[in-house]
Amino acid sequence: MEHITLLIGIVIVTALVFDFTNGFHDTANAMATTISTGALRPKTAVAMSAALNLVGAFLSVEVAKTISGGIIDEGAGIRPEVIFAGLVGAIIWNLLTWLAGLPSSSSHALFGGLIGATLVSVGTNGVHGEAVVMKVLIPAVAAPIVAGLASMAATRLTYRLTRNRDEADTAKGYRAGQIASAALVSLAHGTNDAQKTMGVITLALITGGVVAPHADPPMWVIASAGLAIALGTYLGGWRIIRTMGKGITDIQPPQGFAAQTGAAATILASSHLGFALSTTQVCSGSVMGSGLGRKGGVVRWSTAGRMVAAWGLTLPAAGAVAAGAAFLAGQGDWGVAAVAILALGICGAIWAASRRKPIDHTNVNDGPAAEPVGVVTAALRTVSPPPAGQPVRVSDGPEAVDAADTATPAPRAKAATVTR
Amino acid sequence: MSIDWAALGQVFGVTLVVTVGIVGLFTVGIVGTSRKPQREGEAAVATAPGAGARAGAVAAFAMCAAAVAYGIYLIVAA
Repeated sequence: MEHITLLIGIVIVTALVFDFTNGFHDTANAMATTISTGALRPKTAVAMSAALNLVGAFLSVEVAKTISGGIIDEGAGIRPEVIFAGLVGAIIWNLLTWLAGLPSSSSHALFGGLIGATLVSVGTNGVHGEAVVMKVLIPAVAAPIVAGLASMAATRLTYRLTRNRDEADTAKGYRAGQIASAALVSLAHGTNDAQKTMGVITLALITGGVVAPHADPPMWVIASAGLAIALGTYLGGWRIIRTMGKGITDIQPPQGFAAQTGAAATILASSHLGFALSTTQVCSGSVMGSGLGRKGGVVRWSTAGRMVAAWGLTLPAAGAVAAGAAFLAGQGDWGVAAVAILALGICGAIWAASRRKPIDHTNVNDGPAAEPVGVVTAALRTVSPPPAGQPVRVSDGPEAVDAADTATPAPRAKAATVTR
Repeated sequence: MSIDWAALGQVFGVTLVVTVGIVGLFTVGIVGTSRKPQREGEAAVATAPGAGARAGAVAAFAMCAAAVAYGIYLIVAA
């Protein structure tokens, strides 16, 4: 590795930082339901996921040849500044959504950042619009539906089959099964997402003429990318884990198993059949599906709605930040320095804001703080039919609220007792 | 702009079948190895799973393990 310029050094460090945020943003995908049903203790779960991510990074030799899957035209004058700006946009959006505890796709953030930066510095001909629709928009809509329906069907089936069995007895088996499915998701995540960062670093090295075009990434790139994603995973995005494991719906062991298996099946089927779906959206969708599949299960639509809004915003928001960064970085060396300092400042501010109400492995399984009744929830309550055998009275406002309230805490109280 | 509906449909179909299949198999295994809840007036012997149920459960779990192994194979071979 002869004469790596300062700029390429900065790009490499930034790419590793993105990889790190990618890791802790996506811990929830594999481990949220595992933690919330008590299949694994929080620290054990993130350690296992981190180890599997690291292994996954080394597994595949088929490295992402194009970091963006053809979304941007990598031949059209992409300079290291552009990659740097794209990464900054992706990192800042990842941290913002983490602060809000919203699971959003790290890949979409990366794509959005690269698209925004390319638009500013190369122009519209640097972006393949059709590829954006095919590889980002359609998978984003399809993923939660496919995974959600599969998990819902599986949850229904498993509750039907075990309806006259001892629940505490079957829970042990489901927790064991969940660990296996979660391991598969972690491993697949390591192979996919660590590769993306390796692709970014390799592209930066190629643009700087350090390695030959179309070369495989050097060993130190593979190792550092794997370590960055594993470290991020181990530190754990506890905020997002709480949202996925507790916020969207209350998850019982059978649901956790169905959701996790559905997610693993969707990810493997889609990547194997060449219609890659976003891991984050697959996992969130399957959690929602399992919530809908259990009788008496409640999906908190206000949380789910905020999550879906974040999905929609990811691409444009990361793109906008990256576009600004690309504009500034295009002004020359002082511009790059300014972007770096601004990005560090914003990351520091977000971290400081997160310390005001820290969420970590000790309180990750506490229920979500009493959520204000959202419009959708309120509407659902009013339209849901009263319990059978009860005459409908117009003036029973408080009673109807009582019935709705007592329906929710019951499963949660049970979950609390089985959680270690 | 052409959406590859065939690929999308294939992914959906495979996912649905695999998920429901594996979860179903695993549940069969769990049903085979778990006790029925004790009802009043019932003998305690009746609650333990029989040998046949146990063998079926082991077979079901083995098929799930094979599915996991195939999943790992897909990841490694990708």
